[in-house]
Amino acid sequence: MGKLPKFQDDRLLVGIETSDDAAVYQITDEIAMIQTVDFFTPVVDDPYTFGQIAAANSLSDIYAMGGEPKVALNIVGFPNCLDPEILGDILAGGADKVKEAGAVLVGGHSVQDDEPKYGLCVSGFVHPKKIFKNHGSKPGDVLILTKQIGSGIVNTAVKAEMASKEAVEEAVKVMSSLNKKGKEVIEKYPVTACTDITGFGLLGHCVEMASASDVTFSLHVDQIAYLQGAMEYAKMGLVPAGAYQNREYSGTQVDMEGVEEHYIDLLYDPQTSGGLLVSVPPEYADEMLEEFKRKHMDTTVSVIGTVEEKGDKLIRLYQENR
Amino acid sequence: MMIKVNAVGDKCPIPVVKAKKAMQEANGAGTVEVSVDNEIAVQNVTKMATSAGATVSSEKTADNIYKVQIHLSSKDKTSPMQEEKPHIQGGNTVVVISSDRMGNGNDELGKVLIKGFIFAVTQLDELPKTMLFYNGGAMLTAEGSDSLEDLQYLEEQGVEILTCGTCLNYYGLTDKLQVGSVTNMYTIVEKMADADKLLQP
Repeated sequence: MGKLPKFQDDRLLVGIETSDDAAVYQITDEIAMIQTVDFFTPVVDDPYTFGQIAAANSLSDIYAMGGEPKVALNIVGFPNCLDPEILGDILAGGADKVKEAGAVLVGGHSVQDDEPKYGLCVSGFVHPKKIFKNHGSKPGDVLILTKQIGSGIVNTAVKAEMASKEAVEEAVKVMSSLNKKGKEVIEKYPVTACTDITGFGLLGHCVEMASASDVTFSLHVDQIAYLQGAMEYAKMGLVPAGAYQNREYSGTQVDMEGVEEHYIDLLYDPQTSGGLLVSVPPEYADEMLEEFKRKHMDTTVSVIGTVEEKGDKLIRLYQENR
Repeated sequence: MMIKVNAVGDKCPIPVVKAKKAMQEANGAGTVEVSVDNEIAVQNVTKMATSAGATVSSEKTADNIYKVQIHLSSKDKTSPMQEEKPHIQGGNTVVVISSDRMGNGNDELGKVLIKGFIFAVTQLDELPKTMLFYNGGAMLTAEGSDSLEDLQYLEEQGVEILTCGTCLNYYGLTDKLQVGSVTNMYTIVEKMADADKLLQP
């Protein structure tokens, strides 16, 4: 990526340099446009569910910037040899999620491919002063996560045919859930930073946010909400390769002394359509948690830690119960 | 008995699945040797076997070939923690901790020493029956203490951990107690009076 030319435009409010979730381009004093694209290969067998999950994942980048999705286009890769009805089901799943998000879906583009791929290109709008940035976290802030983690590990257990029915149901529910409600709660408070948790795992995204904010995050591993079964599968070694790559990439930035191995695997587990991670000044934290309750979230919200002055490492993990 | 499993060329999580199946076939005895072609598979198979209580060793035998040996013999060590678990038997030793540091002199050193002291207690062959925490000692059982892990372990082993309620209140730690329970002066005096041995750092 470093070799690509850099683009300059005064209206580009969020570009590539902060590795944020999407591009934000100012149109007027009151309107900025957010653009994002994401697609991937199936994570579940059921085509309709896969469509829902892929769409929720693509739409999430708009929510992570504090925006409202408005227009979406399909991006599809599909093999000739498969029944076109399968594709129809994938697209129906995606369309239903776009509808739930309150945006419009207007066609898209497909190519022939060896394995199915699906996702969306989404545009949304946000007030330029109300953009959630992925940096700006301040010492004293409380860190809140809006979804349980562990979907990569549960998906690996599914491939190994070791996942329980309950674990799969919960993972599917969490992955296909929009970050819409989470965003609607978060935007009511003066949050300092926000991002969505995806392929780099919770720790990868925490490292990014702590680094860009020049602070250290203290995370309490036994306070984080995990998908049911995920901990057991992590202990069984059902850990996807991506978790190891994530750890290799930022492991030196994390003080993980005294924390059991399976927690580290869970924290580095790549998430499909993960939740929003938000850094909020302490005086608003309780109120925000109350608001999440009132909103009847479909996912489990957890307080995962606090922000401190920058120390030796970007992240310090604590485990109370062992 | 040795069962050999070839998982070379298999993508995650298949090596774990094959290894687990072989372990079931072996029925808790002998050795399962799993050949894999990448480091991640080595780690995942190791995690699975270790969590099942087996002893695991692995080596790289050629370019992109790794052999993971899983020793199942039920008499093998499970985990060192379980092996060395001490038992409380007889004796009524009471440990009294009245400060969040050990000894007089440098405070920073004192904090390091008290942490070391509490850890050393976990290693005793005969654990104390009760540990009493008062005044500055109350900070060691509350949120933010470096010794919580050790104290939680001791509590799990049946050691009674008691912290003076007045002291917690004084330091504003009443709702931050992380291990054991709250006590009062009468109990503290009783525990001390009944002790065979009092240890005070």
